[in-house]
Amino acid sequence: MSKTTRDVPKYQQLGLTSSEYEAIGRTLGREPEDVELAIYSLMWSEHCGYKHSRSTLKKLPTTKDYVLQGPGENAGVIDIGEGKAIAIKIESHNHPSAVEPFQGAATGVGGIVRDIFAMGARPLASLNSLRFGDPTKPRQKYLFEGVVSGIGSYGNCLGVPTVAGEVYFEDSYEGNCLVNAMTIGILPKSRLITAKAKGIGNLVVLMGSKTGRDGIGGASVLASQEFDETLQEKRPSVQVGDPFTEKLLIEACLELLDKNLLAALGDLGAAGITSSASEMASRGGVGIDIDVSKVPLREPGMSPSEIMISESQERMLAVVEPKMVSEVEAVCNKWGIPATVVGKITETGKMDVYDGKEKVGSMPVISLTDEAPIYDIEPIMPEYIKEVQKMGDVPTFPEDMNATLLKMIGSPNLCSRGWIWRQYDHQVQTNTVVLPGSDSAVLRLKGTKKGLALTVDGNGRYCYLDPFMGTQIAVAEAARNIVATGATPMAVTDCLNFGNPEKSGISWQFRKAIDGMAQACRHFDIPVVSGNVSFYNESFGKAIYPTPTVGMIGLLDDVEKRTTTPFKDAGDLILLIGQMATVDGQSDEEIFSLLGGSEYLKTIHKRIEGLPPELDLDLESRSQDLCLEAIKNGILSSAHDISDGGLVVALLESCLYGDIGAKIELAVEEESFVKIVVELFNEAQSRFIVSLKEKDLGEFGEISKEVGADFMVIGKVGGDRLIINDKIDVSIKEMKKPWEEAIDSLVE
Amino acid sequence: MPKVKIYVTLRDGILDVQGKMIHRALGSLGYENVDEVKVGKYLQLEFEDDADIDQKIKKMCEQLLTNPVIEDYTYEVE
Amino acid sequence: MKAGVVIFPGSNCETDTYDALNYLGFNTEYIWHRDSSLHKVDLVILPGGFSYGDYLRCGAVARFSEIMEEISRFADSGGLVIGICNGFQILLEAGLLPGAMLHNKSLKFICQTVNLRVENNTLPFTNQCGAGEILRIPINHYEGNYFIDDEGLKELEDNSQVVLRYVDENGEATADAAPNGALANIAGLTNKSGNVFGLMPHPERAVEEILGSVDGAKLFLSAKISKEAVS
Repeated sequence: MSKTTRDVPKYQQLGLTSSEYEAIGRTLGREPEDVELAIYSLMWSEHCGYKHSRSTLKKLPTTKDYVLQGPGENAGVIDIGEGKAIAIKIESHNHPSAVEPFQGAATGVGGIVRDIFAMGARPLASLNSLRFGDPTKPRQKYLFEGVVSGIGSYGNCLGVPTVAGEVYFEDSYEGNCLVNAMTIGILPKSRLITAKAKGIGNLVVLMGSKTGRDGIGGASVLASQEFDETLQEKRPSVQVGDPFTEKLLIEACLELLDKNLLAALGDLGAAGITSSASEMASRGGVGIDIDVSKVPLREPGMSPSEIMISESQERMLAVVEPKMVSEVEAVCNKWGIPATVVGKITETGKMDVYDGKEKVGSMPVISLTDEAPIYDIEPIMPEYIKEVQKMGDVPTFPEDMNATLLKMIGSPNLCSRGWIWRQYDHQVQTNTVVLPGSDSAVLRLKGTKKGLALTVDGNGRYCYLDPFMGTQIAVAEAARNIVATGATPMAVTDCLNFGNPEKSGISWQFRKAIDGMAQACRHFDIPVVSGNVSFYNESFGKAIYPTPTVGMIGLLDDVEKRTTTPFKDAGDLILLIGQMATVDGQSDEEIFSLLGGSEYLKTIHKRIEGLPPELDLDLESRSQDLCLEAIKNGILSSAHDISDGGLVVALLESCLYGDIGAKIELAVEEESFVKIVVELFNEAQSRFIVSLKEKDLGEFGEISKEVGADFMVIGKVGGDRLIINDKIDVSIKEMKKPWEEAIDSLVE
Repeated sequence: MPKVKIYVTLRDGILDVQGKMIHRALGSLGYENVDEVKVGKYLQLEFEDDADIDQKIKKMCEQLLTNPVIEDYTYEVE
Repeated sequence: MKAGVVIFPGSNCETDTYDALNYLGFNTEYIWHRDSSLHKVDLVILPGGFSYGDYLRCGAVARFSEIMEEISRFADSGGLVIGICNGFQILLEAGLLPGAMLHNKSLKFICQTVNLRVENNTLPFTNQCGAGEILRIPINHYEGNYFIDDEGLKELEDNSQVVLRYVDENGEATADAAPNGALANIAGLTNKSGNVFGLMPHPERAVEEILGSVDGAKLFLSAKISKEAVS
């Protein structure tokens, strides 16, 4: 054991508790060696071991007839027919991005893309969900610009289009930005491979970049080793991405799989060889030998522990039959990718680590994976909940509604994201047929009539106010976004960003969120096929808003029937699917409470309070059914879900994207100003703004009866202004500049 | 083993957008006495010996390491 | 007509280009950068991407690929060559086209559809376009800020080698219309003899209605028609 200037035992420096250390001793029947201790500390960390989330995550529905691979692999896989399947996964890279935004985000993309081609899929598209603090602050600006640039730089180079995403700015993310990266890939079903080691005597081949000290000394592992003098010699731990090597790695791996040369394939992510090798062995119920002296190194003098836990990027681990090795090497050679045999599959059930002939560690595989400790922290509702859920006094609303709308549409959370997606190649692979800016991106599937709709959604503020309802809304909104394009929701991948799970309040938030997600996914019958948990998103003891992010994929049987956000033709009728938010006979206080958690309350009145909108799952389904059926019947010109900013912002967005105006008459009592403000800006769920030709109104009405959904005609497309009753009258052209240029003026 | 340090910069008269951006940023941080900023590349090569070293460096620079249409270079041998 | 799409390590638009050409009725093949033959194609396309990661300079390493010698010979003998985006950068680095690329003036990657004015419609790459026709085609690059010295620019203009210019919605080549800051709004140009064409926009992304524009198809079809006219 290496000495420290303080008498902190090494296990503690590595983040293990004394009882965990004792458990390791019991498993091994002796004191662990250095290598073993390093390995256990990583495999039993929250990041690899999911020790605070595993039991709760079991509540999520994960199966359906078309699910080929659920959670527990590198990515989930669903069958979309015609012999094709889609791999899908989302993952967080929050902590690395907070340290170095460009490389943190870039390697986040690299990691999620590896998860996808590790399943045998060709990466088809990426999305991202981002959260920062106040973008007018220099540090937040730096993080935001760096993250966007890092995502673009890596994805653009790979030739994987970044097609959709979301970004929100809230003070709670100031010390902890969120960078959640999602990728999907396509594969012929026959090419599906898993990271399940098999075949005693098969060889373990490490492919890709050489191994350096990247990621060693990183956040979770050696964080408290600052007093160890040996650490001074070690370089900083920021991982650096090399998208060029990753691109070659993709081509090499897909060619290897097409030639049927691999028995198993896995990527090297957190904890490097350690987690990849032990998880592959664990899934296959076999043992695995690794000889660290065989691993090609980028820097001299690395210890066996360092080699085992290095997080150097752009590496994959494959299991190969001995007779195939020379062919594997030939393919890798063609792509300029080093491939080295570093171990073999055994029947010992152990992970044995060798340094040449010397055995430096020997651990039962199952003790590293399935037997990682599980903690169930008692959930207690945090104090703040009761406070923030109370709605304060009804404020004086600003009289000038046009000015209010202008302020809203130019605010960081509602303005155009053009500045971001112009930096992403969103068209490479020539599949993107609905570009960023609609409710979901839509990709065509070459060689078929089908299309895929993709979205990622979350609302941390709602979840802060009510994690159960907020998470249900995230699922419902994602489904609404998918449906608005004409696709049927197929699967969810979730990224669960929370604070320190050892705290009872965070434990409560987490469980409530998962309960909400489980119930909503069961209701809509959408399985969760993959995901990732990111805990400890705290700084100075203050946690971020609980932020479960929902990535969703939907399928269009006929991509020609896709529908988009913008209004198209003058004269089209504008319909509201769903209901008005207020009902007759409510007091002003009751009406005002409908603005709980809204963007309006935050932007205009600087208040974050109340309850998020209510979600009635049955009502939501009926609204979605109406929208989807109408699109399938080919009668909608546009469809857009109502979410952040409410009805008026949804209407304005359809005008701005379509470069056309609209005249709206809402049936609201003119004398009640509170009511009008609330109807325009509340974020009531289960609603869409759609437009259609007048001749199709009858057919639309028939569908609404069949599915039992409400709708009302509220206006007409046309002109160059958005006019709502006598309250809103704005020029679309004049609104466009502040909406389009808001981010430019924030960051430049 | 001679160590060669090569500095690549944009040729005079070619707008250095990165340099301009950094110059502006420095100005906004209060560093107003900076006249000009030029951004370039630094390459470090380690040679086995110094046989024909100048000739080799020049050839490398002209062939691959720089683009003579837009870039100039200087180097030093240690 | 037989077209060849060259794959360098790090190319990423080779499949898009291959698909677009086949869609337009070409008989298309891939050519690997280590091949020493062009497989008897009539048209060579260097596709977009990040050959060799664009490390050092865009196109700087790819120009030394084995296949580039063959492409040089093919070009010298009058064969049709199109370099798209990174392919254009490779042609510049190889000296098959004059000038060089600098970082975009915004120092940002730019992916958006732009307006391009056809400046010379007598070439084998533009004969299906009208004179001064405006094409809508996406660009997608970080280094598309074209540069050439005054003398070189004069030569380009005098010889009508500028093929495409960035213009605004009114067809004017204003300074703001070139999102990357390209000199004289140059988006595409040819060599003196008019058989080697480099352009920053991606015509392969604008060949089908479903992708939002079919204007890119005109450039490929021009090559096809001019070849068929010859044979």
